[in-house]
Amino acid sequence: MTTDIQTEPERDERIGRPRVLERLVVRPEIGALIGAIVVFLFFSIVTDQFLTTGGVAVWLDDAATLGIMAVAVSLLMIGGEFDLSAGVMTASTALVTAIFAANVGLNLWVALLLSLLFALAVGLFNGVLVMRTGLPSFIITLGMFLALQGLNLGVTKAVTGTVQVSGVASAPGYESVGFFFASTFELFGTQFRVSILWWIAFTAVAALILVRTKPGNWIFAVGGAAQSARAVGVPLVGTKIALFMTTAFAGWLVGNINVLRFTTVQANQGIGLELQFIIGAVIGGCLLTGGFGSAVGAAVGALIFGMARQGIVFAGWDSDWFMLFLGVMLLAAVLVNNALRRRAERVRR
Amino acid sequence: MTHELIRVEDVGKTYGSVLALREVSTVVNAGEVTCVLGDNGAGKSTLIKILAGVHQHSSGRMLVDGAATTFGSPREALDAGIATVYQDLAVVPLMSVWRNFFLGSEPTVGFGPLRVLDRKKGKAVAKRALAEMGIDLRDVEQPVGTLSGGERQCVAIARAIHFGAKALILDEPTAALGVKQAGVVLRYVAQARDRGLGVVLITHNPHHAYPVGDRFLVLKRGRSLGSAEKAEITLAELTRQMAGGAELEQLAHELGGVDSESGAG
Repeated sequence: MTTDIQTEPERDERIGRPRVLERLVVRPEIGALIGAIVVFLFFSIVTDQFLTTGGVAVWLDDAATLGIMAVAVSLLMIGGEFDLSAGVMTASTALVTAIFAANVGLNLWVALLLSLLFALAVGLFNGVLVMRTGLPSFIITLGMFLALQGLNLGVTKAVTGTVQVSGVASAPGYESVGFFFASTFELFGTQFRVSILWWIAFTAVAALILVRTKPGNWIFAVGGAAQSARAVGVPLVGTKIALFMTTAFAGWLVGNINVLRFTTVQANQGIGLELQFIIGAVIGGCLLTGGFGSAVGAAVGALIFGMARQGIVFAGWDSDWFMLFLGVMLLAAVLVNNALRRRAERVRR
Repeated sequence: MTHELIRVEDVGKTYGSVLALREVSTVVNAGEVTCVLGDNGAGKSTLIKILAGVHQHSSGRMLVDGAATTFGSPREALDAGIATVYQDLAVVPLMSVWRNFFLGSEPTVGFGPLRVLDRKKGKAVAKRALAEMGIDLRDVEQPVGTLSGGERQCVAIARAIHFGAKALILDEPTAALGVKQAGVVLRYVAQARDRGLGVVLITHNPHHAYPVGDRFLVLKRGRSLGSAEKAEITLAELTRQMAGGAELEQLAHELGGVDSESGAG
């Protein structure tokens, strides 16, 4: 940012010194970054295990799958919509893959593709329904959430007679698919999960699209003032539907990372995670009203989640304290975001 | 000498059995301001929606650059060089000035899926285009929400001019503004006119219309009370027509009566 300012040929004399500090303060992810540093320092000092490479691998892994979803949800929230079916989606996609691979006996790559088609279809359905009816996405995706939850249990019971699907490890293609979704890589003598790389890559691509491309500009516009955006030619409906499908795609990615690692899926997993994704996005600077937020911030929000959740385990405390921590973080984040928005929207009359 | 951009002849619009507009005629010339005045429900919005391509007229003719035209969509009107700035739909407050300026027509560099926003160009062009309109912003990275109401309208006006509008339709640009801010906007309306654009200014305030207007079309209950050149009409007459003339005199008489009665009591 600083180099940007300095290379600009005609600088206005009224700007004064490059306002690095002021620029930084209005960035949506700044609160999350400070929070992450505080949590990191705290557990590094309080526990012995937190700062070891083994410890880092644990909390990074915990943050990774949550982070992928939080980033996708942050894009959707910046675009002014919610997706309450995102949590259950991670179970549905895993179940589709597992049933086609373990029970139908298809190659895992084929099962993966079918699962992707399923996810994109659900995302498309969410998006089209929200845009066609004009109803709040909150209620539409709540319906989808309940429907998928029922479908997950009902279909799983009908196919397997139990509430779980297992046996993915013996499906054809497990070796090659597993390499992409569930392998580990070595760094500093410790095994790190490949999910961490997916998280970093997904965040990088999302952040780049959001701040550096046309569609990114449109996401901010449709979330900030949908009708104004439409009036100047932004494809409102297309942008929002694409956002719902992106969230569904992230659900597919996370669901399959899970199913390939554990090789078993519980039909009732994923319930309640949708709120964690939203919390991650909000801690990362997203406004509940849309039009403001950051993909990197959401990734950092998930990192805070992972660090706190695992830090509490390392410290040997009761995990109930995590919920208290979460509540405090969320309230703090909402207050900070609100202040930032006021600052950005302050009107001079 | 003056170039005629838009001419409407006996244009009318019905919504089902509702006559929203009938037999309205006026012209929009390059380098002139045509003001459309009228109270709420007079048909102002219907008229501009026909010009902007949101609705299609059901009778009469609309000539754009001399050719009879019906716009199927706002995009078609935009492509014909007719840009509309809506009072409440002008900008996205949380986005920066330059991102708002280019919204929907962003400059990019690179090819195919690797195309990214040309941020340097975007900022420089937005700053220059606004400066040409006389809007001197400190920083085009600031959110539009930090601008005053008048400045926001001006960003939208500058945007329309930059993207090649020949005719500019302004829907109640001064309605929500204070006296000073309204003055600021009117100055930019004059700027746009002086740069050769044909401006259609919709307002219900004759005091805003008269100083910048060249032609005044007064609408009432969907009908035209006539389109007058500036030389043919005074501000007082315009105000009288707007307010309903005889009705207002009647009202003044009644209120006068009330006043003296209460004074006596």
